[in-house]
Amino acid sequence: MVDHAEKLSDHVWSRYDRKEQWTRYGVYLVTLIAIVWAVRDIDIFWPWVWDAPNQIQNLGARMWPPRFDTWNAIFHAMLETVHIATLSTLLTIFIALPVSYIAAQNTTPNKATLWLGRFILVSSRSVNTIIWALLFVAIFGPGVLAGILAVMFRSVGFIGKLMGEAIEEIDRRPVEAMEATGASKMKIVLYAIVPQVMPAFFAIIILRWDINIRESTVLGLVGAGGIGVLLQGSIDLFAWQSVATILLAIVALVILGEAVTSALRKKVI
Amino acid sequence: MTPVRTATDASSGRVWKKPPFIANPWVRYGLVAITLVYLYWAFSTLPFNWERIAEGLPRALRIFGGAFPPSFERAGLLWTGFKESFQIAFLSTLLGVFLSVPIAVMAARNVAPLPVYLLGRTIIIVSRSFHPVIVAILFVAAVGFGPLAGILTLTLYSIGFVAKLLAEEIEEIDWGQVEAMRSVGAGYLKMLVYGVFPQIMPRQIGLSMYQLDSNLRASAVVGIVGAGGIGGTLMNAFGRYDYDFALAILLMIIGIILVSEGISGWVRKKVW
Amino acid sequence: MLEITNLVKRYGRNDPVLKGLNLSVDGSSVVSIVGASGAGKSTMLRCINRLVEPTSGSIKLNGHELVNLRGSELRHSRRRIGMVFQGFNLIDRLTVMENVLSGRLGYVSFFQALTRRFPQTDIDRAFNLMERVGIAHYANKRADQLSGGERQRVAVVRALMQEPEILLADEPTASLDPKTSQQIMSLLQTLASEMSLPVLINIHNVTQARMYTDRIVGMRHGQMIFDGAPKDFNQDALDAIYGGIESPEEDGGEPQHQTAQEALA
Repeated sequence: MVDHAEKLSDHVWSRYDRKEQWTRYGVYLVTLIAIVWAVRDIDIFWPWVWDAPNQIQNLGARMWPPRFDTWNAIFHAMLETVHIATLSTLLTIFIALPVSYIAAQNTTPNKATLWLGRFILVSSRSVNTIIWALLFVAIFGPGVLAGILAVMFRSVGFIGKLMGEAIEEIDRRPVEAMEATGASKMKIVLYAIVPQVMPAFFAIIILRWDINIRESTVLGLVGAGGIGVLLQGSIDLFAWQSVATILLAIVALVILGEAVTSALRKKVI
Repeated sequence: MTPVRTATDASSGRVWKKPPFIANPWVRYGLVAITLVYLYWAFSTLPFNWERIAEGLPRALRIFGGAFPPSFERAGLLWTGFKESFQIAFLSTLLGVFLSVPIAVMAARNVAPLPVYLLGRTIIIVSRSFHPVIVAILFVAAVGFGPLAGILTLTLYSIGFVAKLLAEEIEEIDWGQVEAMRSVGAGYLKMLVYGVFPQIMPRQIGLSMYQLDSNLRASAVVGIVGAGGIGGTLMNAFGRYDYDFALAILLMIIGIILVSEGISGWVRKKVW
Repeated sequence: MLEITNLVKRYGRNDPVLKGLNLSVDGSSVVSIVGASGAGKSTMLRCINRLVEPTSGSIKLNGHELVNLRGSELRHSRRRIGMVFQGFNLIDRLTVMENVLSGRLGYVSFFQALTRRFPQTDIDRAFNLMERVGIAHYANKRADQLSGGERQRVAVVRALMQEPEILLADEPTASLDPKTSQQIMSLLQTLASEMSLPVLINIHNVTQARMYTDRIVGMRHGQMIFDGAPKDFNQDALDAIYGGIESPEEDGGEPQHQTAQEALA
């Protein structure tokens, strides 16, 4: 062992320097205060919390065994759910593409359209599907139309934003080459931009379809069609065994949707 | 003399056509046919209530007429709702992130033995398969209306998301650092603390911030089915045709989401 | 004193990577192990501290059998074996000091490790060693901010923190530029004699092996085909080891199977 240890034995080491230490304590303190405030202030009846595991177990017991006598109705509601997801995804394309075109910095005609595009994307994305559904049920009454519109209005923001980013990330050089040939704006889009964003387009549409299937399962809870209507109905009737069947069906649908999307992805890309 | 080919010289036979997007014509036209048949089938079987839909336009006018200008008069109600939403989002993020660390370790194939791995994956798959609103309904049925159901829902929701991505991150760590820790004779837990956690820490903080943001959004939604927070207030406003108050709530939701998105993006950039 | 007898390692059902290896290293000698990629150098080194599980054979360190150890026994013997890696394998996001102290993980309790409350003697030892290799002023820098040579020094200090009875170095200079790698090699050489520590170095650079080590072991296809002093390591030996193999400089590393079982070991 090296033998000049003595003169060094007064070395101290701490993991953070003083400034880091204080920032750290600051963050801890703020978090702690927030926790204490949230726990004390929140409107929770604490005995219920301790009873919660019991209650959850109870509910689970009431769901067992699942009853399959309503499978026919469930199957039709499932089809409706898939229809809502598929139709709204297809219809969204027609709105989302122009919006993404004006929301992408390198293709938008001018500043005003850029901000218009961004405004549409942000407002679409900030309102959840189910809140959109609430609005459309109020307007068009309960039913699938409200559901389709709700899913569409939410999807426009998603697809539009991702497509806009894809457009912004394209290679500029083909665009320049097309400009050099004297092509018009639309022709440039067709020849230099569309081929470049095609793979992204398919990937985004497939991704959103998968998400929309999940979203469509809950639309019915506010009356906008699909399996959710049946779920809400069974819960209102305390038909827990049917609820269990519906939940199983939803899981099956979600898994099926994932299988289909991953197969599609392999095919397309 | 050499013959000069011109574009109009069709007899010379040089034609070019863009090769079709899908090479096989059967598949190509089959897809078109399937799409058309599907559209017809879907639209004809879906139950549209056209009379009710026809009333839509005047109703929409009435709703939007009633919504403008948004009314911030019941600011107290607005504040209570948002406060509760924030509390739900905050507590469930903490709980969820805290619980997702051990679950992520369980669900990472390179640091967990097979049975533990399967258990971890199962937990993640179960917590991911339902939309939070469905989970919220079930919790409301089990533990009653109020923020408790919301917290439980979003905790589960956070676990599904954070643990999944964290597990993937663990599976991609630089194995050399783990090897070095094993070679100094560190046990399993010390290996985790020194060899694994420092590598996933930035991701973990990023995910937590992202999850806080997305829980805040979701907390506005689970309230619609009675799990506490601003969603309940919004649902009531709609139910009582208070469209001006509903618009005020919506605007607040959008504003808060934009702010929280900005903050969480900023924090994630700070932690490199 | 390290004694390897009849060491065999085979991955799955493939041909064995090590075919009955015998090697003994004593005292403070610096032994370099040369051989082409895939000759089994890295596997042999990793068998010694059991990062790789030997298929059969025996490895004894100062009389203790290392093969077939489990759990805490294995960890206790690992802490007596220091290891330096080709890719440094520092914990990038921790400071140099934390990296160095991590060499003590086999000694401190989990709570101490978690809260970084290492004993003062460890911290003193860390500063001593860091000053010895000239990196003490970096103590609070993050490991990923250092240059390659500095990082390898940190790794060497981390290994020495274990108070090892033997030091293994797996291509310690392969990721470094020529000048830095000479510095690291001479550092290993002097440290070995200062601490009378046997050192085993896997190395590609035959010139450096001749210059800085006392003994050269040549391996090919999992077998030892040369063992002798650097002065006896002539062209014939070189041909026997590398002959017929193109560009031995590129080493993709040995297959490093990482299974959960090994991680838990």
